[in-house]
Order: sequence, then structure tokens, then C-alpha cells
Amino acid sequence: MSMARTVSDTRLIFGRYLRQTLRSKVAVVFGLTQPLLYLLLFGPLLTRLGGVRGFGSGDAWQVFVPGVLVQLALFGAAFVGFGLIGDLRSGVVERLRVTPVSRTALLLGRVLRDTVVLVAQAVVLLGAAFALGLRAPAAGVAVGLLFVVGLAVSVASLSYVLAMRTRSEDAFAPLLSAVTLPLMLLSGILLPMGLAPGWLDAVSRCTPFRYVVDAARAAFRGDYATAAVGEGALVTVVLLVVSVALGARRFRAENA
Amino acid sequence: MIEARGLARSFTTRHGTVEAVRGVDLSVAAGEIVGFLGPNGAGKTTTVRMLTTLLAPTAGTATVAGCDLRADPAGVRRGIGHVAQGGGTDPSVPVGEELDLQARLHGVPDRRARIAELCELLELTVPASRPSAALSGGQRRRLDIALGLVHRPRLLFLDEPTTGLDPQSRGNLWEHVRSMRDRDGTTVFLTTHYLDEADALCDRLLIIDRGGIVARGTPAELKRRVAGDVVTLELSGAGEPGPAGGEGAASSPASAASPASAAERARSALARHPAVREATVTGRTVRLTVQDGERELMGLVRSLDAAGVVLASVSLARPTLDDVFLAVTGRSLRDAAA
Ligand SMILES: Nc1ncnc2c1ncn2[C@@H]1O[C@H](COP(=O)(O)OP(=O)(O)OP(=O)(O)O)[C@@H](O)[C@H]1O
Ligand SMILES: [Mg+2]
Repeated sequence: MSMARTVSDTRLIFGRYLRQTLRSKVAVVFGLTQPLLYLLLFGPLLTRLGGVRGFGSGDAWQVFVPGVLVQLALFGAAFVGFGLIGDLRSGVVERLRVTPVSRTALLLGRVLRDTVVLVAQAVVLLGAAFALGLRAPAAGVAVGLLFVVGLAVSVASLSYVLAMRTRSEDAFAPLLSAVTLPLMLLSGILLPMGLAPGWLDAVSRCTPFRYVVDAARAAFRGDYATAAVGEGALVTVVLLVVSVALGARRFRAENA
Repeated sequence: MIEARGLARSFTTRHGTVEAVRGVDLSVAAGEIVGFLGPNGAGKTTTVRMLTTLLAPTAGTATVAGCDLRADPAGVRRGIGHVAQGGGTDPSVPVGEELDLQARLHGVPDRRARIAELCELLELTVPASRPSAALSGGQRRRLDIALGLVHRPRLLFLDEPTTGLDPQSRGNLWEHVRSMRDRDGTTVFLTTHYLDEADALCDRLLIIDRGGIVARGTPAELKRRVAGDVVTLELSGAGEPGPAGGEGAASSPASAASPASAAERARSALARHPAVREATVTGRTVRLTVQDGERELMGLVRSLDAAGVVLASVSLARPTLDDVFLAVTGRSLRDAAA
């Protein structure tokens, strides 16, 4: 399968699913409500915590907003598998698989759509955060968005792999919450893990999103050349490569 | 176009292993329309999904559209079109978008003209912006078919293409399938439950039951293989005391007590005839199964004449595919499918 074919097929598949998203604007808006609610109803509480030991330096918004961004990417991308299960059921997946379409494009086209949607939501979220009082350097915010992109691609790919394996909403949904909720709590999205007791901090260091959240926080503070940013970038890249490889393998398998 | 040897597929479920297809051999020549006939669960769809690269066989080999199924599935896909039994459209996606994407993925030149032509041929006259959820069942089926045909494949797999179509649309599709074969030399492999469809459309039939092919041949050959033709004799009632009473099989003593009725006389005269396989008397009607009925008919009438039986009418019917199905599987297709 030639590279050019994969690229043009990815564009076609991306177009199909982007149009699908644009048709169901309600879903896009609802995807944003949860992080916006966190921002509005939980953020103001945190601003009172500034200066508490372990909260880290920097303004409370600079600590909180990166966490909400990662949460958006994590949850938004984790649920994309439901769309694939719908397509498996309606026969769309098999219909597309009998065409000469690049198998990799069937994955990448979808993932690209998911990423674009999440970045758009992240931009709206950042706008709201600035309105509420976030102040962060533009470069830091851009780095934060890059992390969102990396996470969205990785988590969406993994969600598709899981959807392909389970093939039913009934099996997929509980598996999803069993995986995402602990990962979210352990990443220190709501409160920095610097506040955690030693054992919790240690467990947290075994999960990938911890590093991404810490890195995004450092970037929002303007501390680019830090170990946190380096570790976060490394974890994100490894996660990205592994997830896309798993996804591509799953979509290329003869019996998918 | 299709050459399959020992194709088999089993599924492992919680309740054990299901052998959906057990070692199917089949060959389909270019330009043929071959029908795959069988009751529910016989393994038709499973076979088609294997041949269209959607399902890996557990055993066996196949060459489809000139490419090896295992070694070059991408090559197979370039040569084929497939209309799945359950269709393959997203209810929320507009008709026009589905067709356009399919045509682009196949690299169809002059997409718009081709799509317009196809919609006209299949009488799919709905606005392109309408989502397929808002189509009638038959319209959706025709959309599925259009999606499978858009790139003018050399080899077309149709899995129960006419389920849900009204008689006019069915006839229309048959005509289109025939004209694709006649004009473009398209090879068609279709599954069906409908005997009239298999009879009217297919050059050759394969009958599958419980995962194995149990009979194959042209519709005429298959029908010739079973029992024979059915001759129905209606006896004249003139001078008779009335129907000889009730239903009676060949051995029924129903009319033995009454004075030898015309029906009984007819039956005993015919029983000696070498071409008659079976004779059944129902009232004044005698139903005969006759080998080579067309040729034997005159002889039958003559021997009835000799026995002094007066006939009101004679009719000759060829066996149907349902009779064939009954003969090879021991079940009626309608019962099996129920
Ligand atoms: N994915 C699967 N998992 C388990 N069993 C399956 C699967 N697919 C098919 N089967 C079983 O394999 C057998 C053959 O099914 P198949 O769909 O090929 O039948 P069919 O001839 O197409 O029937 P129909 O006329 O109802 O469409 C059935 O017993 C079915 O239950
Ligand atoms: Mg079937």
C-alpha cells in the first residue's frame, strides 16, 4: 500500500467522520460541558488554595487549567470507540473493508477527526479559562495544546483497539470506566500529586498521564527547560508510537 | 473467476464450536451468474465473507478475481464488489455522501455521472441529502446495491440482494444484473432464498445445507435430477356416482369398497406404465410423477383411453427448485428456513 494512497484515503475517511461530527453538533457541545463545569464550579475553590504546601508554585489557574485540558483529551478520546462499534453494527466497517482503502487510513482518518474536535474544544476551554483569570505565556499554552494532540491521538487509537476487540457497547462501557477513572485520579488532574502521601505519589508515577499533566503545568508556568517537560514529552511520544502501532496492527488484521 | 478448494470456517462460541462452512469446493467461470441457495444458517454468508476477504478461512484455499485470497487480499478487493446481507450504510449519513465516498475509494472516473446513472438504473430517486435512516427498507437496499456496483466490478457478490424489495424492484434488479453480465461480462455470485430468483436469474446453482454443498448444476439439470415431471389428470364426472371419496395415497383402500371408480381404474391402468413413478388419487384428480413427462404424456392418455377412463383435463408441470431442495436435503426450503 503506497504512502500516497494512505494519505489520500486518510483525507477521505477524515472528511466522512468530520462531516458526521458537524452534523451532530450537540455531541460536540456536550463534550465540552464537563470540563467547562469543572472550570466554573471547581476552579474558584482552588484559587483559595494558593500557597498551600505541595501545590507548587504558580497561580492556581496555571495549575488547574492544564489538568482540565488533559482530562478533556483523556475522556473525549476514550469514548470515540462507541462510534466504531456503531459502524461495526451497521456494516459500514465491513463495507469499507471490501474496498481497496488503506487499512491504516481507516484508523488514521478517524483519529485525525477526533484530534481536530478535541483541539477545537481545548481552544474554547482555554478561552473560558482566560476569561476566568488564567494568565499563561502563549508558548506555554501552545506546548499544552501539543500535549493535548499527543494524548488525543494515543487515547483515541487505544479506544478503537478496545472497541474492535469488545465489539459491543455493553462490554466496552464498563471496561472504559474501569480504565479511565483510576488513570484520571492518579494523574493528579484535580489536585497536584505533590499533595499526595508517598505511596499514592509512587503509584501515580507508574501511570503515564501523571507526567503529561506535570509537563503541561510546567509549560503554563513558562518553565520549558525542565525535567518535567522532558519527561512528559518522552512519555507522550512513547504512548503515541505504541498506541498508533497497536491500532494500525488491529485495523490491518485480516479478521478485524 | 472464483476457484475455491476445501474452504472451511468454524466459530468458537461459549457453547462450543460452530462449523459454519465445512470444506466447500466451488468454481465460477468469468461471465457466469451463479446462485448460492440454502436455508437459514446453511453457511452462505460465511462463505461469501470468506471469499470477499472479510473473514479468514480456518482451512482451504481460494483464488478470487485472479488473486490468491490469503496471499493477496488487496488484489482480490480491487477486483470485486460486495453487497452484504445486512447492508452497510450509516443511518445518519446522506445518500449522496455514501455514494460519493464509495466511488472515491474505488477511484471511479467521472463519479457524478456514474452515480447519477446508477441511481436511475436502480430507480433510487431520493434527494442526495437525505440520510439513509429516512429511506424506506427497499430504497435502503437499493442504496446498498448501488454502493456495491458503483465501480463496475468484474466480480460481484450479492448476499440476498432482493430481500425487502417489491416485485417490480426485484425484476428491475434481475434485469440489471443480466445486462451487466451481457454488456460488461460481469461475473455474479449471489445468495438467495427465493427459488424463482434462482430459477430466473442464475446460469448455475449451488445448493448448500449445513455447511456443505449438496447439489450443483443448472436449474434445468437439477430439476431433471429429481423425481420427474408432475402430470395432473382431471377425470370426467359423467356417469359417475361422484368423487370416489376423500384423499387417498397410492395404496389407499379408500375407494376399494365402492364400485371401481374411474379414478381407481385410472390409477391401476397407470400403475403398470413404466414411466410412472408414483400415483396419487384425490377425489377425481390423479397426480402422477412421471419421468420425462412431455414424451410420455401421449402414451399415458392412450392407456387411459384403453381402460375406458374419460378425461376432463390434463396438465403437465415441471418440478420446481423446491422439489429439488426437498430431494437433496430431505426438507422443504420453506420449512428449513422457517
Ligand atoms: N460470528 C459468528 N459467530 C458464531 N457463529 C456464527 C458467526 N457467524 C455465523 N455463525 C454461524 O454459522 C452458521 C452459518 O451462518 P451464515 O450466516 O453463513 O448462514 P446463511 O446461510 O447466510 O444464513 P441466512 O440465510 O440466515 O442468511 C450459522 O449457524 C451461524 O449461527
Ligand atoms: Mg446469510
